[in-house]
Amino acid sequence: MRITVTVDGTAYTDEVEPRTLLVHYLRERLGKVGTVVGCDTSNCGACTVHLDGHSVKSCSVLAVQADGCEITTIEGLSRDGQLHPVQQAFHDNHALQCGFCTPGMIMQAIDLLADDADPDEETVRNGLEGNLCRCTGYQNIVRAVRDAASRMEPGSGPEAEQVAEQTSVAGGSRAEVRQS
Amino acid sequence: MIPSAFDYVAPSTVDDAVRALNDAGEDAKIIAGGQSLLPVLRMRLAAPSKLIDLGKVAELRGVREDGDALVIGAMTTHYDVQRDPLVREHAQLLAVATDTVADPQVRHRGTFGGSLAHADPAGDLLAPALALDVEMVLCGMDGKRTVPAADFFVDYFTTALRPSELLVEVRMPKYTGWHAHYEKFNRVAQAWSIVGVAAAVNVAGHTISAARVALTNMSSVPVRASGVEQALVGQEATPDAIRAAAERAVEGTMPVADNNADVAYREHLAKVLTSRAVTAACG
Repeated sequence: MRITVTVDGTAYTDEVEPRTLLVHYLRERLGKVGTVVGCDTSNCGACTVHLDGHSVKSCSVLAVQADGCEITTIEGLSRDGQLHPVQQAFHDNHALQCGFCTPGMIMQAIDLLADDADPDEETVRNGLEGNLCRCTGYQNIVRAVRDAASRMEPGSGPEAEQVAEQTSVAGGSRAEVRQS
Repeated sequence: MIPSAFDYVAPSTVDDAVRALNDAGEDAKIIAGGQSLLPVLRMRLAAPSKLIDLGKVAELRGVREDGDALVIGAMTTHYDVQRDPLVREHAQLLAVATDTVADPQVRHRGTFGGSLAHADPAGDLLAPALALDVEMVLCGMDGKRTVPAADFFVDYFTTALRPSELLVEVRMPKYTGWHAHYEKFNRVAQAWSIVGVAAAVNVAGHTISAARVALTNMSSVPVRASGVEQALVGQEATPDAIRAAAERAVEGTMPVADNNADVAYREHLAKVLTSRAVTAACG
C-alpha cells in the first residue's frame, strides 16, 4: 500500500505492507534510527514520536495509519546545529544514564510542555507516565523538563517543530495549531 | 514482534465502513485507535484477515449536544474527551475517569468507542458508562439500533455488537451540576486497575439527592453498585454515612482471583475505594 508522510520536514512516498509498524518504517525504511524500540509491550515509550503534533508510541501505530500525516522524530528537533531547548536541558542536567529512553523522554517532554508551559514536579511525573527509564534516572529527567520549561517561551512546543515553509502561529495555543 | 499479514482498508464514511465489515466476514477486525489491538496483533494473540480502520471516518469524531442529550462520537480520542468543555460540564465523571486512562501517548490515539467496544473488564471507561446510563448507538447493514450500557456489556471482551455492526456514538443524559470522582487502585504506572470505582453525586445543601456508583473489574462486566446508591440517597454526606453505604459495594459482584488480587482483597478494595470515590465526589 502506498503512503505519503512528512517526516522531520521531508515528504516521503513509499510502498509498505499494512502490517508495518510506524517505528519500523521510520527506522528501517527511512533510516531514522534515533527513534528506538525499547520493549515489545507498548509500555516503555522509547519509540515516542509526534504525529500531527501529538506524542504517540510509534510501535502502536501502523505506518498506513500515518498516511497523510506529519511526523517529527528526535532527529528533527535540532535547528542549524542548535539543540532543541529540551535536548539542551537534558544535556545540561545529566538527564540520562544509558540514554536508551532519552529520545522518547524528550519527545514526550516537548508534548507535555505544549499542554502546560510551566508544569510542577507532579505534572511532569504524570506527563511522563508512559515513558520508562530502566536506569531509574527520573530525578534528573524531571529536573531537566522543568529547566527546559523555564528556558522556553510559552507556546513554543509544536510551533518549534513546524517545517520551514509553513507559517508558524506565534504565541498560538495548541488548539489553534491543530486547526491550522 | 511484527503482526501477521492482513489486508487493510480505511473507509471515509460509516456506510462504507459497515459495508466493508459486512463484506469481509467474521475474520475482519475494526481498528479504532488501535492502542489495545496493536499490542495484541504484535504478540500474535490475534490474526485477523483484514483490518477496517475507522481513523478517516470524520463523522465519528467529536462531542455535541442533542437537546437534553450529550452525544460523543465513537472515534473521539481520550485526549479530546478529557478537554471537551461539554463533557466537563455535563459528564464530569467521564472526564475525570478518562484522565486516568493509560498514559498521554495512548490517550492521544485511543478512543472512547474503542474502549467500550473492546470491553476489557479492567478498562476504566466501562464503569462510568454504566453509572451514567449511556446508550450505545450501533450501526449495521439494516440501520441503527440503540442498546443501553446495562445490556451492551455481555461478558469478558464481549458486547452486544453483532459481527457486522459498528459502535458509532454514545448518547447520555446531561449530569449538569453533578460532582464526580473515579478512584482506581493499581500498583505501578500503566497497570490495569485491580479495582476501580466511578462515583457521581448530586448534592443539594448537605444532602445527597442522587448518586450513581459503578465498579471496574469486580466482575466480567462493569457492575452498578445499586445498594450503595440507595444507601446514599437522602443522607447527609458525612464520613459515617458514606462508609456505611460503601459496605454494600460488593453486592452483585463476582470478582475473580488473579496474580494481582484474590477475591477477598478485591472485595475489600471495592468497599474502601467506594468510600474514597464518594467522599471525593461529595467534595
